[in-house]
Amino acid sequence: MSTITREGRRDFLKIVGTTAGGLFIGFNWSSCDSPKVEVLSTEEVLAQVKNFNAYLSIAPSGDVVIYSPNPELGQNIKTSFPMVVAEELDADWSKVRVIQANLDTEKYDRQLTGGSGAMPHSWERLRKAGATAKYVLVAAAAQTWNVPAEEITVESGVISHKGSNKTGHFGEFVEIASTLSAPEEVTLKDKKDFKIIGTPVKNVDAKEIYTGKPMYGLDFYREGMKHAMIQRAPFGMKIKSMDDGAARGVSGVTDVVTFGNSVAVVGTSTWPLMKAKKLLRIEYEADGNVESTADHDRIFKDLLENGKADVRRKDGNVDQAFKTAAKVVEAEYQCPFLAHSPMEPENFFAHVQGDRCELIGPTQTPDRARQTAAQILGIPPENITVEITRLGGGFGRRLRADYVEEAVEVSRAINGPVKIVWSREDELTGGAYRPAVRYKFSAALDDAGNIIGYKLKGVGMNAGNTTRENNFPSGAVENVLIESISYDSSITTNAWRAPITNFLAYAEQSFLDEVALAAGKDPVQLRLELYERAKNNPVGELGYNVNRMIAVTKEVAEKSNWGKNPNVKQGLSVYFSHRSYVAQVADIEMDAGSPTLKRITAVTDCGMVVNPTGANHQVRGGIVDGMGHAMYTNLTFENGVPKQKNYDSYRLIRLKEVPEINTHFLDSGFDPTGLGEPALPPTGGAIANAIFAATGRRLRSQPFIEQKEFSDIKLEIKRT
Amino acid sequence: MATLNLKINGKTHTVDVEDDTPLLWVLRDHLGLVGTKYSCGIAQCGACTVHLNGNATFSCVTPVSSVGNSEVTTIEGLSENGDHPVQKAWEEIDVAQCGFCQPGQIMQAAAFLKNNPSPSMEEIDNAMNRNICRCGTYHKVREAVAQAAKTK
Repeated sequence: MSTITREGRRDFLKIVGTTAGGLFIGFNWSSCDSPKVEVLSTEEVLAQVKNFNAYLSIAPSGDVVIYSPNPELGQNIKTSFPMVVAEELDADWSKVRVIQANLDTEKYDRQLTGGSGAMPHSWERLRKAGATAKYVLVAAAAQTWNVPAEEITVESGVISHKGSNKTGHFGEFVEIASTLSAPEEVTLKDKKDFKIIGTPVKNVDAKEIYTGKPMYGLDFYREGMKHAMIQRAPFGMKIKSMDDGAARGVSGVTDVVTFGNSVAVVGTSTWPLMKAKKLLRIEYEADGNVESTADHDRIFKDLLENGKADVRRKDGNVDQAFKTAAKVVEAEYQCPFLAHSPMEPENFFAHVQGDRCELIGPTQTPDRARQTAAQILGIPPENITVEITRLGGGFGRRLRADYVEEAVEVSRAINGPVKIVWSREDELTGGAYRPAVRYKFSAALDDAGNIIGYKLKGVGMNAGNTTRENNFPSGAVENVLIESISYDSSITTNAWRAPITNFLAYAEQSFLDEVALAAGKDPVQLRLELYERAKNNPVGELGYNVNRMIAVTKEVAEKSNWGKNPNVKQGLSVYFSHRSYVAQVADIEMDAGSPTLKRITAVTDCGMVVNPTGANHQVRGGIVDGMGHAMYTNLTFENGVPKQKNYDSYRLIRLKEVPEINTHFLDSGFDPTGLGEPALPPTGGAIANAIFAATGRRLRSQPFIEQKEFSDIKLEIKRT
Repeated sequence: MATLNLKINGKTHTVDVEDDTPLLWVLRDHLGLVGTKYSCGIAQCGACTVHLNGNATFSCVTPVSSVGNSEVTTIEGLSENGDHPVQKAWEEIDVAQCGFCQPGQIMQAAAFLKNNPSPSMEEIDNAMNRNICRCGTYHKVREAVAQAAKTK
């Protein structure tokens, strides 16, 4: 059977093999700013002695190999990172091969996927890598042809000198290039000369994905490895007694291993383990708070009234503003727990051998996986290797190393290689979740409908700060008080795509809609007035760029024909998160007597768009994600165990439930500012505000379909 | 345990497994055909879709003993060089994000188009509604199915 991550290495070696006796130029990043050119002989590369992981190498054949260090989970980084390198190199994209790099903290920094931060972090570095390689190749050509380097041009992997009528491809110069040294500083291209960046380059793994090649952690098999599945304790409970007799009797089960409050059934293939796990007889007893959803609701309401809050931001005199207000608007918003539910369930391979450990699988944080294993085993991190497989989704779930920990524990216990796999039921019941949160908003308005005071108090779980205190409308209102309360739950929680803002944005944007109604103002107008205040006379610290807020708001109003057609009921939402700005308008029309969600218009300012295909994917995908969870998905607890255990009750959005989505991108002149998350937060608010405009029903909790205000609304979803 | 002869992708494979083992796990764990994915195990998401005599089938709930003489086709056997019209359309439209559900989506689409070569968009929606994509590539899925129908 295949060993997936070796596939990439085999491809690489094949390239090396076809260029016998050749030399590679490897670019290595021992420090952030100065790429170091190193020369590798074919023998060295084959022996994997050093610098096997470099950002870039060029073979004498002209083949360019670019390593992509960050885990790929669908954000398309494995395509867009190399595009940036190839752009500055002026490479022929058809000769570029991309390989997922293993964990290497010496060569790469920030080798993780999270916070929509990879591109903003690496943009300059990637450009410099490509530009430096080009510089050295040009210098080599100049030396070879005995012409001035300034007269040389490069296009699509071909180096030319017009005056002497000479041309050659990259590969012809790598040998001489390898004797030169790299410059300290290089000149980067003018953005208007970009040929690859800004074009719809296709997913570099497309063929492998569509032919079912082994790529994901779940697809990893190795001769002799065992499989394991794990029964975890309900939250807040521990094992009292365990009888594994029946489980051990299942043919194909080779072992049952207990560690902490987890019981692993180990065997030669997956299906016997699924059966055996059900035959474990485990009795649990309380070991802390055993919580249910009803408890959370009660705790939230109590803490909002009586809890000690952490003051996150205080501007002016809020009490005075509310005392003198002509009108006060108040509302509370709450969301449920959610699982991340990537389509590929959690899994990981571990092989502990003495003081060494091999780890292979899907992780957003390979270094955390390594550190976790080092801690469990009491061995130095450098004794542990981590191969990163393609991730079948992440959504934040794979920032955590709990399932890596399990793989290490089981491998150590059975003294052999093992792949642990979570079932979907494990994924929904085993943690860690987007926690529930409740917000209380208050706004004080003067006679003219201006907001003179604004208060937000959030209560969350294990979340620390449940607010984003410097977000709009902070900075645009004279008197502001933002407070946060956190409750320590026994249920495990974790960052979920667009942490905090994935719900806070909906609550804020819906509340602003309530304020606009009370103030008698159009929602676009209300925002533009507030932006003007923040721009001309900001109050305290501004956490956002007002000009970018204004631009996306005006553009979405124009693109959506805001307020122009009385038959279209619209909802607006504008949000800044994870460095980018996204404004959305949802359109509801009456169709055959039913309110029908027809389309969502999105205007995004994520700085420069590297790959329009990937950018469209992230915006549409973020909107579908935001809509699906706002509309349909709920995870509730009964005595420390989720009630929804699989997709028959844990409802994810399906194809027929998505409306038309129109995406637009604004060129603000900024470098790329990230796009994995920012399109998701605004969606719930846009839809809720459109539902209010169409039906007069205000939805203050998710999922919408379970709210009493929604019970007699038959919302249809249709694409035109 | 039972010894079974399975016709998969035009070849006969002999496996020695428990009768109740789902076809999915026989493909993945015993035959190394890992293009067919596990995701829910209860016929809700479609990641495990294969063809049984040309019909889209959830292999996660298909006991291997029920397969008998049926011809099983997996994503690996859909075409020799990955050039089935549906695969080509998927590449052209650049459908995937994480890609994990896509082999199942492709198998669903291929079986659907075989039975209904010129579908309406509504028929495409109904057929493809059986498969979940957590990344939300639904717009491109329906676009690619429509494209494949045109190029067939």
